[in-house]
Amino acid sequence: MNISRRSATVALLSLVGAGAVRAQLKTGEDPEASEIWQKVRQSLFQTRPISTAADAVIVLEVPPRAEDAAVVPLAIRTRFAQSTSRYIDKLYLIIDNNPSPVSAIFQFTPGSGRADIETRVRIDEYTHVRAIAELNDGSLFMTTRWVKASGGCSAPPGKDAQAALATLGRMRFRIERDAVGSEPVLAQLMISHPNNSGLAMDQMSRQYAPAHFVRKINISYGGQPLMSADIDFSISENPNLRFYFTPHGQGELKAEVVDSRDLRFESAIEYRPPR
Amino acid sequence: MSAMPTPSTPPNLRRWQGWLLGALLVLLPWCPHAVAAPAAADRPLEMTQLAPGVHVQQGAQEAWQPSNAGNVSNLAFVVGSRCVAVIDSGGSPEVGRRLRAAIERATPLPVCFVIATHAHPDHMLGHAAFLGPATTFVAHARYAAALGGRERAYRNAVLRDFRVALQGEDIVYPTLAVERELEIDLGGRRLQLRAWPTAHTDNDLTVWDPQTRTLFLGDLLFVGHIPVLDGRLTGWLSTMAELRRLDAALAVPGHGSPSRDWPGVMAPQQAYLEALQRDTRAAIRDKLSIAQAVEQQALPPGQSWLLADLFHRRNVTAAYAELEWEE
Repeated sequence: MNISRRSATVALLSLVGAGAVRAQLKTGEDPEASEIWQKVRQSLFQTRPISTAADAVIVLEVPPRAEDAAVVPLAIRTRFAQSTSRYIDKLYLIIDNNPSPVSAIFQFTPGSGRADIETRVRIDEYTHVRAIAELNDGSLFMTTRWVKASGGCSAPPGKDAQAALATLGRMRFRIERDAVGSEPVLAQLMISHPNNSGLAMDQMSRQYAPAHFVRKINISYGGQPLMSADIDFSISENPNLRFYFTPHGQGELKAEVVDSRDLRFESAIEYRPPR
Repeated sequence: MSAMPTPSTPPNLRRWQGWLLGALLVLLPWCPHAVAAPAAADRPLEMTQLAPGVHVQQGAQEAWQPSNAGNVSNLAFVVGSRCVAVIDSGGSPEVGRRLRAAIERATPLPVCFVIATHAHPDHMLGHAAFLGPATTFVAHARYAAALGGRERAYRNAVLRDFRVALQGEDIVYPTLAVERELEIDLGGRRLQLRAWPTAHTDNDLTVWDPQTRTLFLGDLLFVGHIPVLDGRLTGWLSTMAELRRLDAALAVPGHGSPSRDWPGVMAPQQAYLEALQRDTRAAIRDKLSIAQAVEQQALPPGQSWLLADLFHRRNVTAAYAELEWEE
């Protein structure tokens, strides 16, 4: 897969104009019939087969209704441990009816232990949400959930644009659970960033403010790449990732973040195995 | 603000009728019930005069939905000797027109100000009924940016849920922004507007009528209807601490019954928001994920709220995303 993530995003943005028609969608019948999905599929996977018998590979956890359009908790859980012989190489997160459907592409290594990922996304339309796992042998597995939009006064932008900008780039990086033997350990990365879409018009200038969002997150452990994420503004304000790694002694866990204006932020913690 | 020129333009009937016709043409293909809509749209809202010159409509304590035509929030108008100020215009263009009809029935004076308490659609989609050269649209300085970010979502929601395609002019942006405080003159009656730091939303505005000591709180106060968090929980609690110092004889919430018990009427909301803060902090401290917190955090014991099914989980979501950044 060597399609540039950014060119895919740009191509897909041109689909936004169909919003008025899509807005009437109320049922989630036949995920394959989604016109947007067919375009995303063509762009990311061409004619490669994608199995929808994914239960033994991944599970997608997302509420049936987006309670808060700006912050919808979402988890992709994997059903087998990462090993050098068989591991999940990438997880694709697709939200069909978002302005930019290709919401995230996560890349894992055998050292991830488990290729699980938890994050929060923006959802303001009734939509199919898809997780697609690409294994190291190139096979693809997809699971799809239908998510209803929230009603009324909930919308995708953040709660406090000024506050989000004031703390831009601040990060929290921590181990969530102590290691038990050599079991994978849960870590959390929090990034203070408005992660805005650029879809809001400034009423004074009648111009759209340029999008400003985190586009790349690289995590390394002991100097070796552990996992990475290509994301965009489908991820909520203050992007948040929970992921695993397999501990193998003391080493630095480091997060490098690059946003759409090429601003770079770093955070690191020293991992020490429990005695 | 300097005195406004006396508005002399009568309600622009021709434009209004043109709009109605346009709305009818737009509605017809969508909605079979729309045929009966124009006559119903003229029906004045039922308003109650709660203090001299202070007229209030209490919206339905329901979700913003087609069965109530979006009429779910409290709306008010205040009459001076020269003109009228509208405080929130309702959850659809139709509610705005019915509010206008109610004002025309109560007074021959023109509407010179339309004040938005915040940029949620159930409070401001009626603004277009008051468009005209003599009307100033007033809101918090951050209102325009908040609405700009949400306009697309609101248009889509109205199309999806109400099957109505809003026209360009149906979303009205302010022509006068309040940075901190502003006084407006209705002739023999001045209203004091105050813009608040982020609380229910990042653009909450209150209106104070010193003559009757009436405080219009918008959604800084919910009564009966569960409070809805779309801003900052900690900011909302500190805003309430300041609000309670005001010597109000009448408090008009954004949802639920107006009350003469101030600040007593705020107590249930205070208890809910404090419990939400306490329980969410505990969930974060116990290392629950946001999804687990939303799943496990029940309503505080002993509390019952209308529309809790619709909004409590959402409140936990928003509270968690805010409080996880605390030290």
